[in-house]
Amino acid sequence: MAEKLGLRFQGRVWKFGDNISTDLMMPGHLYSRMLPWEEIAKHSMAANRPGWAEQVRRGDIIIARRNFGCGSSRPAPRILKALGITVVVAESMSRLFFRNAVNVGFPVLICAGAYDAFEEGDVAEVDAETGQVRNLTRGTAFQGEALAPDTPPYEILKAGGLDTYLKDVIARMKKGTWRPA
Amino acid sequence: MGMTIAEKILADHSGRATVKPGEYVWCSVDGTALLGHSPLLKRLETLGVERLFDPDRIYAVEDHMAPPPTLEVANAMVDLRRLVKKYGVTHFFEYGRHGILHELFPHHGYISPGDLIVSIDSHSTSYGCFNVASTPVNEEMLFVVVTGQIWLRVPETIRFNITGKLPGPEEFVVGKDVILRIAGEYGTECAIYRSVEFHGPAVHQMSMSSRFTMANMSVELGAKFGIFPCDDKTLAYLEGKMRRPSRPVAPDPDASYESVHSIDVTGMPPYVARPHDPGNSVPVMDVEADRVKIDQAYIGSCTNARMEDFRMAARIIKGRKVHPDVRLIATPASQDIWQQCLREGIWELFAEAGVLVTSSTCGACAGMHMGVLGDGEVCVSSTNRNFLGRMGSPKASVYLANPATVAASAVTGYITDPRKFL
Ligand code: SF4
Repeated sequence: MAEKLGLRFQGRVWKFGDNISTDLMMPGHLYSRMLPWEEIAKHSMAANRPGWAEQVRRGDIIIARRNFGCGSSRPAPRILKALGITVVVAESMSRLFFRNAVNVGFPVLICAGAYDAFEEGDVAEVDAETGQVRNLTRGTAFQGEALAPDTPPYEILKAGGLDTYLKDVIARMKKGTWRPA
Repeated sequence: MGMTIAEKILADHSGRATVKPGEYVWCSVDGTALLGHSPLLKRLETLGVERLFDPDRIYAVEDHMAPPPTLEVANAMVDLRRLVKKYGVTHFFEYGRHGILHELFPHHGYISPGDLIVSIDSHSTSYGCFNVASTPVNEEMLFVVVTGQIWLRVPETIRFNITGKLPGPEEFVVGKDVILRIAGEYGTECAIYRSVEFHGPAVHQMSMSSRFTMANMSVELGAKFGIFPCDDKTLAYLEGKMRRPSRPVAPDPDASYESVHSIDVTGMPPYVARPHDPGNSVPVMDVEADRVKIDQAYIGSCTNARMEDFRMAARIIKGRKVHPDVRLIATPASQDIWQQCLREGIWELFAEAGVLVTSSTCGACAGMHMGVLGDGEVCVSSTNRNFLGRMGSPKASVYLANPATVAASAVTGYITDPRKFL
């Protein structure tokens, strides 16, 4: 599939295992203070991996194993985005995390087999549209699930996120031309 | 080819005769809810939104931190009340008349069998116990309240046939134990992106409260929906409350399931999930053998803080004292339940035993307030998630159990089989 959305990223890899919950990404005890995303981001993964958030650099990539983003519906993709993570690759992912990610224009990719093929610190090239994952350090490649064109998640990612997509829908609703496909 | 319950409800709400797993459909939603700590007002104003899709199908409350523990939450509530007035949202629950969203929603008749509900908060799967396709979103609340529409990928369906006879609340084995057992046997990702249907004789024998717990924790299996059939108990619960006609949905006899599992619950024991995953569940006797000493016992949350739960706990607490090294916190799922416990004398016997009773909130369940755990503490909890750091300190440990197990453990000081107190 020809790439149209510009969702190809290259970056240093951080590995996370199974069942990385949104509670870990965005700790509940900070909720009562309703801090800005950037502030909460400083505490991301503090429970399972203290000090990690400080080491993340803009452009880094997460490769996780199973059930990534399980648990609460809280807007955790915003936190990873605020840290500068460009894309998450996982063997399986919670549907809530997937939807929240798409809606904030944060690409994610489901790809079997990638996890074991990376060491932390390897450089990955990930195309969240075509589903290709390459380990540039080791010269291996994997095919994940491509983003199906003309589906709502495709259109929302194309718009760069839900707010822009909705702006267009509202304009069309006012003209009476919006019909859900 | 016949359709499953989820397929029928999605076909019905997308104006199609049939749908198939994997298809993307746009659906009209029957209802949704707003929570104070996920503010939308500024985003609605920035987008210049003048009206919401149907102010009579949108409900607003703040449950996670009620009443506000901080200035920031208090200000978020100022915004929520402004949103309610500005957009004419008809149903707003002020503190004192409030509760945890998932408890309020069906109790006030905002749910009818056959509905499609899309709402904030991951445990929006709860309404599935009323024969409803109900699923959580978060970022998309903005889209839903403006358009009343949602895109959904039609899920594959997994069917669980629950057979035999569940011991029931009389013997301290309830829906919580069944869903913990399923999480243990099938894993916490067994139903990612799937609709789960629960059928079988034991399902019809279960109380609505037990079914609620199972639909609620379907999200702990990764499920998009957790749906029960509609029967006399469903209709009896909803009788006189519903705002829309009931349209019960049964699967076609030739519906196609991705997989079908059978679980015999005859004589099964209470289950407990060890830290830090709901799937680490084992019969309570295994944990009892470890003599796990506890600091906090918690009966609360949308999962298990209803009358069936407090009545079970009260049978154990009555005439006994909470162990000197333990604090037992009771946080009912709604103020209506708070009142009912008052009427039944449950609060009085709790107070005599040294139980701390709070007003309704999510509170400790999500580590937000009124029972946050400190470093090294151990908690046995009637909630749904024992993730690392969930209830406070990342150095704390949480065991999930049914409310009878929580009460029994609070009395003895370590995680205990409640059947000892029968
Ligand atoms: S009680 Fe716990 S699980 Fe239920 S809605 Fe509140 S925070 Fe979520």
